[in-house]
Amino acid sequence: MKQSNISRNILSGIENLMLHKLRSFLTMLGLVFGVGSVIAMLSVGEGASKEALTQIRKLGSTNIIISSIKSAEQESSSTSRSFLSIFGLTYEDHARITESFRNVRQTAPVKIMRKDARLREREMELRVVGTTPEWFDLVQREVIAGRILGWVDQQRQTPVVVLTEFGTRKLLATESTIGQTVLISGNQFEVIGIVKSESGAAGNIQVPDQEVDAYISIEVAKGYFGDIFAKATDGAWIREKVELHQIIVQADKTENVESIANAIEEMLQKFHNKKDYSVSVPLALLKQAEATKRTFNIVLGSIACISLLVGGIGIMNIMLASVTERTREIGIRRAIGAKRKQIIIQFIIETVVLSTVGGFIGIGIGVLIPVLITYFAGMPTVITFQSIVLPLLISAGIGIAFGLYPAIRAAQVDPIVALRHE
Amino acid sequence: MSRQELTQSQTEIIVKLDNGRKVYQMGTQQVAALGGINISFKKGSFWAIMGPSGSGKSTMMNILGCLDRFTTGHYILEGQDVSTLDDDSLSELRLRHLGFIFQSFNLIPQLTVQRNIELPLYYLGWDSAQSANRAKELAKKVKLEGRLDHHPMELSGGEMQRVAIARALANDPQILLADEPTGNLDTATGNQIMDLLVDLNNQGKTIIMVTHELDIAAYAKNRLHMKDGKIDKIDGDTHEAI
Repeated sequence: MKQSNISRNILSGIENLMLHKLRSFLTMLGLVFGVGSVIAMLSVGEGASKEALTQIRKLGSTNIIISSIKSAEQESSSTSRSFLSIFGLTYEDHARITESFRNVRQTAPVKIMRKDARLREREMELRVVGTTPEWFDLVQREVIAGRILGWVDQQRQTPVVVLTEFGTRKLLATESTIGQTVLISGNQFEVIGIVKSESGAAGNIQVPDQEVDAYISIEVAKGYFGDIFAKATDGAWIREKVELHQIIVQADKTENVESIANAIEEMLQKFHNKKDYSVSVPLALLKQAEATKRTFNIVLGSIACISLLVGGIGIMNIMLASVTERTREIGIRRAIGAKRKQIIIQFIIETVVLSTVGGFIGIGIGVLIPVLITYFAGMPTVITFQSIVLPLLISAGIGIAFGLYPAIRAAQVDPIVALRHE
Repeated sequence: MSRQELTQSQTEIIVKLDNGRKVYQMGTQQVAALGGINISFKKGSFWAIMGPSGSGKSTMMNILGCLDRFTTGHYILEGQDVSTLDDDSLSELRLRHLGFIFQSFNLIPQLTVQRNIELPLYYLGWDSAQSANRAKELAKKVKLEGRLDHHPMELSGGEMQRVAIARALANDPQILLADEPTGNLDTATGNQIMDLLVDLNNQGKTIIMVTHELDIAAYAKNRLHMKDGKIDKIDGDTHEAI
């Protein structure tokens, strides 16, 4: 068939649909909602998993994160009496991990405490992170101004601090703040640099960074603030002695991550009589998240297929009615000399036009829904190219698949009978 | 008749039916709709096929229009035996050699007059500019040039039949098949349509028309009377029939 005939077929298909606007619209609805829900579901799913994946990826695929946790028995004992609970990772753990494993590239100890800070008249609580220069390498924070902690700061135990962008803004500081003095729990710290906030690095949605971090050298943190933290819970003061809150370990390659994690776990078991630590492997989480995502997509895909199927059946139903209704027209066309094939093509094109127009409207709705979800519910959504093109192709495919039978029925019409048909 | 005249009259035969039979299977019964039809129509002739209902004239018309086939026997159209052709080839024959005019006009309601006239050209694969020109030309011929953008429902019966005639002429067929062309029209309008058909016959079109009205049949040069699936008698310029 010639090109011009196809475009004319499409035009006359549109004309025929316009003859029965309400009917065509109602017929399309099934597919509109089918396609719309596919896109909406995929984008919400994609958004959720992408956020999870970026969170995990940010932790680094070669990293192992060991965190201090308060074991269950300690939790209960400490609430009844006010006494010093000692738990968690120690400086020794850090040293042992750093020295024992050949496949460990580098490690960073992390000490986290909440301290009041003051810059001129402005006062606020900071999450002070005591760590080593390796930390910046491991989490890869972008430096906005100044510099990060160096080995010199570590050795000389100089009171210097690196702030996050968000924290800086909170403290009403600007880049000229570098070199100024911030008071943390009454101790003077010189601001030497500003790094990008974590959510900025994630980059997909604008949820403000809840934590206002200040990074100082771990030696300084140890020297100034010690290892004992007191916090008020239910009116009582609870004192905890935690040397390190986290140890981040970087493996030399991803293949070794799992074996190192297992070895560290084994080693910690020997030196800790309680399970007051947890080892998490972002890579494993990543793999798990990807598997979850795959399952999620399969489930969504099946639901979507059902809704598209329902839409397709609706279209087939109306096309069969249309064939019956237009029996006489088919007879006329056949008498004039249209071949069966040409009748089939005419009806298939009409069905494809119907389903594709439905598909396009569905895409409009499907794109709008995630936008509204993000706007009102604050959930991240991601509309991918595939999530738009796929439903469109599927709806055109449905037009062909579900248009085929009515079209064949149309072509089977006997022109003699059809011309007598009233 | 000299040998030369005979040869010439032979070449002028456009339709030849040779012992054509049509049998329908009705349950266990076989019903003969047509039994042994032998007739030839010359090029440029104007035939009226008459007969009471059930005489087989509709079946005859369907076969002549390549919409149906003889059960046995032959139909030679413009020298080609079409009695055993398949559906696609018959469609092709209708498209290139035949024009249909129906009692109930059979225009496609959602298409404009112009698009109705263009319909055969569309299946012939003409481009839209050519088709539009041809449609305008034909509309002028049937005096409907002002109605091209109207839909069939907006026209009178006579106008609708003129559109149908214009459509039947679009592919420039040798043969026009008219099935009760005035059956849905009043006498005056019917006569106008018949005058138009006579004009077309004078311009060389072979016309085969089914009618049961004597005064309409009188417009034709020849009349073929059917009865019980057989040719009962022929009148008019009988020498044109063999």
